[in-house]
Amino acid sequence: MLAIIDYGAGNIGSVQRACTETGIQSVITPNPADLKKAERIIFPGVGAAPTAMENLIRTGLGEAIKEVFAAGVPILGICLGAQVVLDSSEEGDTPCLGLIAGKTVRFKFQDKSLKIPHIGWNSVKITQPHPLLEGIDKQDEFYFVHSYYPQPARKENIYAVSDYGGDFCCAIGYKNLFAVQFHPEKSGRFGLQMLQRFARWDGKIPPESKKRGKQIC
Amino acid sequence: MLSKRLIVCLDVREGKLAKSIKFVDTKDIGDPVAKARQYYEDGADELVFYDINASRANRDITLKFVEAVAAQIFIPFSVGGGIRSVEDATKLRLAGAEKVNVNSAAVKRKELISEISCAIGAQSTVLSMDVKKTTRTKEIPSDYEIVINDGTINTGMDAIEWAKTGEKLGAGELVVNSIDADGTKNGYELTLTRMIADSVGIPVIASGGAGKPEHLYEAFAIGHADAALVASIVHYGEYTCRQLKDYLHSRGIKVRTKF
Repeated sequence: MLAIIDYGAGNIGSVQRACTETGIQSVITPNPADLKKAERIIFPGVGAAPTAMENLIRTGLGEAIKEVFAAGVPILGICLGAQVVLDSSEEGDTPCLGLIAGKTVRFKFQDKSLKIPHIGWNSVKITQPHPLLEGIDKQDEFYFVHSYYPQPARKENIYAVSDYGGDFCCAIGYKNLFAVQFHPEKSGRFGLQMLQRFARWDGKIPPESKKRGKQIC
Repeated sequence: MLSKRLIVCLDVREGKLAKSIKFVDTKDIGDPVAKARQYYEDGADELVFYDINASRANRDITLKFVEAVAAQIFIPFSVGGGIRSVEDATKLRLAGAEKVNVNSAAVKRKELISEISCAIGAQSTVLSMDVKKTTRTKEIPSDYEIVINDGTINTGMDAIEWAKTGEKLGAGELVVNSIDADGTKNGYELTLTRMIADSVGIPVIASGGAGKPEHLYEAFAIGHADAALVASIVHYGEYTCRQLKDYLHSRGIKVRTKF
């Protein structure tokens, strides 16, 4: 079963409805024990990092996520779920889960015509292949709504970037964890296809992807 | 690069499409969920539903309707009309609306904007403002005044000031609806749209007056809008969302053309 983590961060119903639309069965759960039994996990979230981390620590979900990550269970982080997996967040100087080295930073622009939050549809540029990004074309757009974005310390954890006043990282990955800053559940057909790929993903990055990745970078 | 958004607006009453909208495909009259699905598949970037007869009595109908829409469309949508409290906003959000639009209730009590923004986030809080051109006074230096109740009540508030106040109080987006342009099909109120878009740091949605694809181009190129709201231009079957986007793309506006 696919478990969607409920830690009081935003409208997770939309993630479940998108799963249902693509024929993926899922449960929404606030229970760490359920995560440990799940075959795969979606880690969604909208809102602020300090509140999210507080909830994750208080409920024991944070520890459970670390455990299932270490056990190799495929995890898909979405939006805030792609930010709190790093070491820390600039938002309220918050220590985070530390599954991927790096920190979450805020957009900073000199150009005042670039509005914050970054709201709307934007294309993504794949920097190295990943099973969850297969088939995505450079014209395919995804829905974003955020003021912060993940900035991994190592380039090898960056899988895609998007352009808003310059390239920023919008997809990160390490082992069985993959996370995107955009919302696949609100990104129409291409977003739903990503959820389908996640439902089939075994949590491994094929060696040929890694190799091709090196050539591209 | 971020795309400019095409937002389709549907007026609903007790979970049904308002009678004032006559669709070419008569089968769809009364079923806004089917129509929403059609616009979703046709490439609308976002939808907005205005519950034009919102009252406490039919709120449950609205919530059921929002749930039905949320199960059918996988792009963001917002709901407006009759939102007077954090509770109203939270319920709509949980039912599946990505954003809620506040209008008159925020004019009457501006704290409503910050309350909703704190509860569901600025990204989900949209301030919708109805604006009329007026003669300049000390209170209204921009010549544009905020009106409520379908433009029947003048508030004496300056539109630019209200837009800035809305941003300060935590609105994440602004809908700038020109009562003068609305229904004319002569194009958006470009001066107003641009004045507001240039004076706030949050996205601005132009509303009212779209009659041809050129009007959308102007809203982006001249009005500096981040999104353009359309209604009758697509409801009556004159243009599809795809046609509007193809046109914008041909004029060099970045829009989402693959869906």
